[in-house]
Amino acid sequence: MKEFLLIYRRDAQSDTIQISPEQIQAMMKPWQDWMGGLAAQNKLVDRGNRLAGDGSVVKPNNVVTNGPYVELKEAIGGYSIVKAKDLKEASELAKGCPILAVGGTVEVRTIVAMEN
Amino acid sequence: MAEELIPHLFRTEYRKIVSVLGKRFGFDQLEVAEDIVSDTFFIAAKTWGLKGHVPANPTAWLYNVAKNKAVNYLEHTQLFDHKIAPELKREPRSSEETDIDLSPQNINDSQLQMMFTVCHPSIPVEAQIGLSLRILCGFGIDEIADAFLADKDTINKRLFRAKQKLREENVKIGLPGPVELESRLQTVLRTIYLLFNEGYYSVSHNTTLRKDVCVEAIRLCHMLVENASTNKPDVNALLSLMCFHASRFDARLDENGEQILYEEQDTTRWDTDLIRRGEYFLNLSASGNKLSKYHVEAAIGYWHTIKDDTSEKWESILNHYNQLLIIEYSPIAALNRTWAISKVHGREAAIAEAKKLEQLTDNHFYFALLGELYTGIDNHEALQNLQTAFDMAKTTSDKNTIKKKIDKLVV
Repeated sequence: MKEFLLIYRRDAQSDTIQISPEQIQAMMKPWQDWMGGLAAQNKLVDRGNRLAGDGSVVKPNNVVTNGPYVELKEAIGGYSIVKAKDLKEASELAKGCPILAVGGTVEVRTIVAMEN
Repeated sequence: MAEELIPHLFRTEYRKIVSVLGKRFGFDQLEVAEDIVSDTFFIAAKTWGLKGHVPANPTAWLYNVAKNKAVNYLEHTQLFDHKIAPELKREPRSSEETDIDLSPQNINDSQLQMMFTVCHPSIPVEAQIGLSLRILCGFGIDEIADAFLADKDTINKRLFRAKQKLREENVKIGLPGPVELESRLQTVLRTIYLLFNEGYYSVSHNTTLRKDVCVEAIRLCHMLVENASTNKPDVNALLSLMCFHASRFDARLDENGEQILYEEQDTTRWDTDLIRRGEYFLNLSASGNKLSKYHVEAAIGYWHTIKDDTSEKWESILNHYNQLLIIEYSPIAALNRTWAISKVHGREAAIAEAKKLEQLTDNHFYFALLGELYTGIDNHEALQNLQTAFDMAKTTSDKNTIKKKIDKLVV
């Protein structure tokens, strides 16, 4: 079994829309169902975290810009770590991700363990 | 009368005196403490039986005898110490030095401290459970062997090695400091949780013993709740979940000690008093911002005490199983989640989810569940799965439960 990082990307614009706690609750449910399914297969290593909309990018010569997404359509909304036997299976696991239903994408990357 | 009274007193008083003496002597002298208390009960059995009557206050009688023996022991060792250490200045011996405090407060404190000693992370969890049953719950070695379905020799060895290890590690009888408390408390909670499961899910047919183990686990957790420094939200959550589960103890076993499935239980046999206690502690657990697995399991336990088979009930149960699995994977939670899916989204959906659980194909409960899900949809498939489950099951009790399902299908 290898570990894979799932990176959830979605439309950067959606961060600016105000949503109610009830809407958040309704949005969280499919995530919970999906992750519960991964966990039931004992393939969820770390549910990971969501990322807030704001951020900055530090560039060479100490140049700091606010928000990395001015020129990008999609921003990283969160990440999780799963385990699978290969990239193919990890991608298979990602197919049920709720971000896909709202036009987002999941990037699946093999984690290479550090060898101290 | 003595024949009935002594085993009862043994169960309630052995652990108290052992904890107090153990605390007083130090952990390295724990066996001396155990011997003194065993001896005390032996004398009680002899004297009470011989005289044909029991003293007016049997507990006080036991405390007195144990106290005298302990004082004797202390004086002897002190004498010895003084002899081999003649350079020590002669100090007037105060009565405090050899006083044995068997007040309710000290009994309680000593037991609580002993709990942290016995549930020490340096020894394996089976040893923690074994020592808990012996020292914190006053179970006999034969009872512990019966509960673990092991022979007495194995249990004796296990306890001996555990005590040796604790001595080597120089573990003190006492509450850990504030920094350590949280992590040590987690070990204690896990041991109590597993102790409870040992009683609740044991394959032993000794129903009384199994119930006693559950009651003891609840009692230990209750002691933690009653102490200010250990009265944490997750402790209340654990207590709540054990109350909810225990409320179905009688309803889930038939007269032969075999399991009656949840769906087939006589709900009038659910213990409403325990359900109310479970709700009480569930409310108390709802503070702080940490959602432990005990909280989630308590919530699942709560919904199982609701008799009506509503969609709200099963949706909540499914959500909580998702939460629980995200916190910590376990095969039983994965199977129960699948069952909850069948109640919420139907059997086909549940079968599709079950098919993904490749890691459980060495588990007979997995095939029993598939058999159950296929029943009425594809009876041929159902029968095959149940047959696989039957072949894989190891205990007669499990085989019988599966056999009943097969018989229903074949008719």
